[in-house]
Amino acid sequence: MSTVTDVRPPTGRTTELLLLVFAIAIVLLAYANVGLSTSGSLPVGLVAHGVGFLVVTVAFHLVIRYRARYADPLLLPIATLLNGLGLVMIHRIDIGTGSGAATRQLIWTAVSIAVAAGVLWLVHDHRVLRRYTFTAMALGFVLLLLPMLPVVGLEINGSRLWISLFGFTFQPGEIAKIALTVFFAGYLVQTRDALSLVGTRVLGLQLPRGRDLGPILAAWGLSVLILVAQRDLGSSLLFFGLFVAMLYLATERISWVVIGLALFAGGAYIAWRLFSHVQTRVDLWLDPFAPGLSDQVARGVMGMAHGGLFGTGLGEGYPYETYFANSDYIVASFAEELGLVGIFAMIMLFALLVERGLRTAIGAREGFGKLLAAGLSFSIALQCFVVIGGITRVIPLTGLTTPFLSAGGSSLLANWIIVALLLRISDHARRPVSERPVEPVRRAEQPVGGGT
Amino acid sequence: MSELTLNVIRLGLLALLWAFVFSIVGALRADLYGTKVQTRTQGRRADARAPRPGRGKGQAGPTHLAVVAGSLRGTTVPLHSDGILIGRNPECTLVLTDDFASGRHLRIYPGSDAWYADDLDSTNGTFVDQRRIDTGYRLEPGSQIRIGQTVLELRR
Repeated sequence: MSTVTDVRPPTGRTTELLLLVFAIAIVLLAYANVGLSTSGSLPVGLVAHGVGFLVVTVAFHLVIRYRARYADPLLLPIATLLNGLGLVMIHRIDIGTGSGAATRQLIWTAVSIAVAAGVLWLVHDHRVLRRYTFTAMALGFVLLLLPMLPVVGLEINGSRLWISLFGFTFQPGEIAKIALTVFFAGYLVQTRDALSLVGTRVLGLQLPRGRDLGPILAAWGLSVLILVAQRDLGSSLLFFGLFVAMLYLATERISWVVIGLALFAGGAYIAWRLFSHVQTRVDLWLDPFAPGLSDQVARGVMGMAHGGLFGTGLGEGYPYETYFANSDYIVASFAEELGLVGIFAMIMLFALLVERGLRTAIGAREGFGKLLAAGLSFSIALQCFVVIGGITRVIPLTGLTTPFLSAGGSSLLANWIIVALLLRISDHARRPVSERPVEPVRRAEQPVGGGT
Repeated sequence: MSELTLNVIRLGLLALLWAFVFSIVGALRADLYGTKVQTRTQGRRADARAPRPGRGKGQAGPTHLAVVAGSLRGTTVPLHSDGILIGRNPECTLVLTDDFASGRHLRIYPGSDAWYADDLDSTNGTFVDQRRIDTGYRLEPGSQIRIGQTVLELRR
């Protein structure tokens, strides 16, 4: 047995600022590259956009400096770089298709960072979120089911995922993801003893009692409902995977993973037998060049092959030939223009982002923060796996956005809020004892009963 | 724009992307090496950087509270001159996940010569060496404090 001692961490704020400037420099170089290769001159808005991006992110950095001094210094630069590269690619695809998605994405970036800064400013301690465990549950379910309502719901490409309000479209499922993670964390912290301690051992697995299966069955039922009613394979998978992972994190029982995977396999098989849109996905996964089906997967694969090891260079490939090249398929666009070397750097960035989140979870000193940080980072990891795995034909393609990269305001907003929450939890986890508020001790001098 | 320049920019961008990845890895190296892991066999030497107990008359008093049994086993909390609070309540310094612990269960604080423990009127009690303690209990180095399933120990 060993003991891990606490070492006073450096705040790392200067590291954060330097890496932030580095990240923005990379984004601007990429932006300049697009302009040079498509029109032969630097983009008109290079300086204006660069300064704007710098101002917004440095403002967020200052909010961190002021409100969460000990927060993890690497989250913000990584998120900034990914978001910036996403903007550049969306702009590049705009040039190919003549649409105006980049401006919208730019506005959403500013809004998202501002909201994230607001979250960091207002949520002084992530543990207050625990009070809203069941409010978060209700909010999450309402948001998930909102697109199914007749008036506000909006069906695009066969999936009912959007709501339309005052001419604005929004994908509430992305925000629901955060609300449900808060709910899972709060709920599992309370019930994990019951879920992990009792049960009989079968073949080296500690199986839970029958009546403790309720929550996992409810989660499974809801994800099946999303699959059937909204025809959204991606959210359904993400939602159920997140719940199983958090259940495992909370209880340390491998049997939950086994039960979860068994339920998932059963559900997936039934969905495959019953629904034609699932069958199409599976057929395309097995043979993307099958005649008579969509050639989206095939186009993505061809694009990535065109990119090769070092890519065609930004602005020199044909990523816009693929459908949804700037949202669901943005990873294929990057793989074409930056090549295998570039896409692996980006996957590394996601891995590092998730690593920082999980490190925060390890550092957190109470169960709720641990589960929340681990759940939020796992959701990013799972989402990346589902999207990139779908594009590279590891698993059947499901429509999900790539965190930070894809065009789409709701996704960007949700991911920046996740970053803000991780920053808040990491600030709490890394803050040395000497700087923690000492109120609890003072209050304890007049103990309030037993409290058990 | 010449082909050469574009190629330089293209490869430079990739190089910079990886340089960024490696600077992140460099920055988080502190995470991998900064945490000090002490095995028990190496003896319990005081960590020079850890905070000292407030009025510990020059002698090297305990600097950490370690959980030696229970669900939080392996956790250590640095002792702080303001005292630390232990219990199930999330605002405690050490938040126990033990059904036998009360919300605010135990307080450990430095006295003039040693560390003292106050049982904060907990339901199931705090035991040191099999005896239930009350307030103002003087903790000897190495004595084991039991709260429900959790056993705590002061460490140097």
